[in-house]
Amino acid sequence: MNTKTKKIALTGGYAVGEAMRQINPDVVAMYPITPQTPIIEYFAKQKANGRVKTEVVTVESEHSAMSACIGSAACGARTMTASSSQGIMYMFEVLPVVSSMRLPIVMAVSNRAISGPINIHGDHSDAMVMRDLGWVQLFAETAQEAYDNMFIATKIAEKAFLPVATNMDGFFVSHSVENIELLEDKIIQHFIGEYIPRDNLFDFEHPKTFGPVALPNAYFEFRKQVQDTMNEVPAIFQEVADQFAKISNREYSFVEEYRTEDANKVIVAMGSVCGTIKDTVDNLRDDGENIGLLKIRMFRPFPYEAVKKALRGVSNIIVMDRNLAFGTKQILATEIEHATGKEVKSVVYGLGGRDVFEKQIEELFTNKEVPEYLM
Amino acid sequence: MTNKNKKQKFTAATTCAGCPIGVVVRTVLDATDDPIVVTNATGCMEVTSTIYPNTSWRIPYIHSVFGNAGATASGIEAAVKSLSKQKKVSKKVKVIAFGGDGGTYDIGFQALSGALERGHDFLYVCYDNGAYMNTGNQRSGGTPMGASTQTTPFGKESFGKERRRKDIMAIVAGHHVPYLATANIGFLQDFKDKVKKALKIKGPKFILVFSPCVALWKFPPSKTFDVAKLGTEANFWPLYEVENGKYKLSYEPKERKSIEEFYGMQGRFKHIFRDENKDSILKKIQTEIDNDFERIKATVKAHKD
Repeated sequence: MNTKTKKIALTGGYAVGEAMRQINPDVVAMYPITPQTPIIEYFAKQKANGRVKTEVVTVESEHSAMSACIGSAACGARTMTASSSQGIMYMFEVLPVVSSMRLPIVMAVSNRAISGPINIHGDHSDAMVMRDLGWVQLFAETAQEAYDNMFIATKIAEKAFLPVATNMDGFFVSHSVENIELLEDKIIQHFIGEYIPRDNLFDFEHPKTFGPVALPNAYFEFRKQVQDTMNEVPAIFQEVADQFAKISNREYSFVEEYRTEDANKVIVAMGSVCGTIKDTVDNLRDDGENIGLLKIRMFRPFPYEAVKKALRGVSNIIVMDRNLAFGTKQILATEIEHATGKEVKSVVYGLGGRDVFEKQIEELFTNKEVPEYLM
Repeated sequence: MTNKNKKQKFTAATTCAGCPIGVVVRTVLDATDDPIVVTNATGCMEVTSTIYPNTSWRIPYIHSVFGNAGATASGIEAAVKSLSKQKKVSKKVKVIAFGGDGGTYDIGFQALSGALERGHDFLYVCYDNGAYMNTGNQRSGGTPMGASTQTTPFGKESFGKERRRKDIMAIVAGHHVPYLATANIGFLQDFKDKVKKALKIKGPKFILVFSPCVALWKFPPSKTFDVAKLGTEANFWPLYEVENGKYKLSYEPKERKSIEEFYGMQGRFKHIFRDENKDSILKKIQTEIDNDFERIKATVKAHKD
């Protein structure tokens, strides 16, 4: 057990920035967007004070942020960035290139609504936009998880040679102060280890061409190797999370089952709302309701087996989506139906940062009818 | 293959007969013995040199998308800085970006501007063939006035592209970079000298090289160098450098050839020679080319004085 930890009051954004300082990447590209700015401001300050060896590239757009990350990561440099919302969509074009090139870039995301209309507050629309591009996606409920996910993400990325996005709800987590247990720099450095790149642009003895033209006889294989590796990520995640538990005493899996053991009604959700749901579950359990929460921590690759197992005996499943997919069933709800083979009740909540109160969650659990929207 | 060929940094590509892209690449890569990393915007150069599983590049090379050569170069240069401090790579590594006019004047313009302004140590080479040739000749910000392209075709109410091309040199110069120059594959020694000079300078460098397109300017493959040379002889493509803000003319034709002669060699301007266009449009283009050249000369003179 590691006892060398300290508790400190930090916002989620600063906690992620502190995690980046401790990781001390070779290159960080940054472009500001609310609510990601606390992360990059914090990190830039660390650089200004000589506390990191990182080369910081203050790019002129998110498209260039991810493009600079590609250039750097392809050279074998440990590379990170952070973004939100429109920024994610502005870099959209290059996101699938990163996974296809198998570059282990880590991007911290402060989740925010997407335009239009413009809205800077937290929801999961941005994460959903990038969900099928070959990026591993982790979601945090708390600033502590957002902090921890950065280390887990770095290791997953460098073991799988796939990019990882760590998500935390904009403002609800990124700008809210929590008591966070920080790990020691030495312990972090030992945990993440030195990054050993595979093929890279700095191997002048064995020059490689990155990003070739792949015609119909080859393109398919390029895409499929991303999927094959995605399939290996759950095992990699668990191995890394188990190692992380040894240094932190915090145990993580791709899902978190909260009082689901004998539950006949379970809400499935991701992100900060899970805290509110946990409180509601505790209160209603005291009143004798058999209810629980299934929190999704890893959204891509989607942990079908773990979800299926967790919801095996549950007949009444309510899925909360913090984004609105137009012209289709909601995204998380669809995934849960797919995993369980059961019909679920789907509810959209919290768009554009709209608050969700315990009372509303309580009604979801206790009312017979589940509304389509918690407005 | 001879032993000499083994040392080639860029081998045969699937370009059209008479295309000067290979000449551009080799001239640039052969200007230094230091290790090189190349990044390349989407375009003819990339498409004709990297069809998987083949590659023409015998040095490290990366392409990702159309509009990000400047940004990718920034990331590579940051990695050179970071990893050379950690003794993981030589600090002598040269970072070179290639883009066509579309990837430079248009879609890659913001990424280029950002990279220039931030002052990364890299050389950006724009091979300018005056339109989106890889997609079959659509107008770009680098397309000259009067050119008939797929998106500015000549017709009853059109003489081709209505406006002049962007002055990308003036725009790049506005970023206070230490070195920029125009070059021409028809003036190879001058081009070589400029690349060599650029690679010795620290900071962002920019070379705009005139690179005629056989297929879509519509001239015979044997005429590439003639068309290229004539571009400069007609002052359509003046050769000059801007070093630390000072303009210097690299070449002045003894007797300026007419735009009529230069445009007359190329099918893309054929419609200009019709009666309804000849007097008005050609005259206008000639006047503007002469004015531009006088302006450059005046700047050179002012910097001398």
